[in-house]
Amino acid sequence: MTDDPMMNALPGSTKQKAGNQLDEQIHLTAVDEFLAWGKENSLFYLLFATACCGIELMQAGGPRYDLDRLGMIPRATPRQSDLMIIAGTITHKMAERVRLIYQQMTEPRWVVSMGSCANSGGPFSKWSYSVLNGIDKYIPVDIYIPGCPPRPEALIDGVYALRERVRRYRTLGVRETVPHIVASADAAFGCHFGKGGSKQPEEPKA
Amino acid sequence: MSALSFAELCERVHARWPAVEAKRSDNGQPFLLVPATELVALVQWLRSDRELRFDALSDLTGYDLMKYPATPPSDAIAVVYVLFSYVQKHKLMLRVLAPRAACVVPSVSFLWPAALYFEREVWDLLGVHFDGHPTLLRIMTPQDWVGHPLRKDYIYPSEYHGVPHLREGQHFEHVPQREGDAVKAAPTAPAAPAKGAPPA
Ligand code: SF4
Repeated sequence: MTDDPMMNALPGSTKQKAGNQLDEQIHLTAVDEFLAWGKENSLFYLLFATACCGIELMQAGGPRYDLDRLGMIPRATPRQSDLMIIAGTITHKMAERVRLIYQQMTEPRWVVSMGSCANSGGPFSKWSYSVLNGIDKYIPVDIYIPGCPPRPEALIDGVYALRERVRRYRTLGVRETVPHIVASADAAFGCHFGKGGSKQPEEPKA
Repeated sequence: MSALSFAELCERVHARWPAVEAKRSDNGQPFLLVPATELVALVQWLRSDRELRFDALSDLTGYDLMKYPATPPSDAIAVVYVLFSYVQKHKLMLRVLAPRAACVVPSVSFLWPAALYFEREVWDLLGVHFDGHPTLLRIMTPQDWVGHPLRKDYIYPSEYHGVPHLREGQHFEHVPQREGDAVKAAPTAPAAPAKGAPPA
């Protein structure tokens, strides 16, 4: 027994009525949902950036935008990462190395393509002999984020879109095919996030 | 001991190497045009002479003269050496022209090891073969890349290891491509959507 209100607010605290104890401590859920919940809230991402978009990625990981609050921690090895954010220009030479790193990640693994370069070659698409026009030719991409570079808000918007995808991922049950999502273009210009860029457009009900 | 001006450097070089020409580039940069056959002996002397002492190779690069409004018109590849002396504090630029057909220039890497990487770069991007370089491998592009990208007549790749270079409906603008590579989706009408396309 303690007088600290914080301690007493914890579920299962001794101050609570005996009748409630079991309810507070036991939660019933499906295994799949529980696993998805865990994955969604611990999307460790690979420390990997190839060009200027990487600067925005670092911003998003810094204290101002703070990806950590979403449970996203950078990992220095693909073996420990769930998510690969392709932040920057990918040349043909680099693309083969990107694929190698992707193959080293453990399943389930997700890929976010950040910025015009990774989406489609961006400013290099029509004139460069060496830049790959879109990393999706080498590895499957879950979320595309437009922008050159996308602001950290846009990246976070993309992460929310990805979280929705992760939430629908089923480890044991039947996997539904989740369509690829393009994160909100509004957020690329940096005023808000979560306004619905991460939502699938709903069919109007008849 | 003091830094020598370009005119003074020229004078000393000319006294020993009459075949070397003093020139000025379009933007007024003075340089010495050296025949490839005399390059090695000349740089050895430039490096070891007590009054010159060019102990550093600041830069080694190159460019393609093709389609360049030079007089007389030429399609050679030029290799540029920028030398600097930490002892005497003077610098000198040399240029060597390598004909396109037999693009060979002697390596200077035995004098300045810094040239090892520079020469690999010039080989990779311009296709100049440096005779005497111990490991003349590509340095920027993958080893199995076809062609030398900074040559003006470089042919753009259509794919690399089976992955097509362009997206569907996309096409290169104003660049040469390999026979039959003109992407099928390229518009034939001159009224191609010019949106966002840089001016020709
Ligand atoms: S999309 Fe723009 S900002 Fe991002 S890597 Fe490419 S050029 Fe840089």
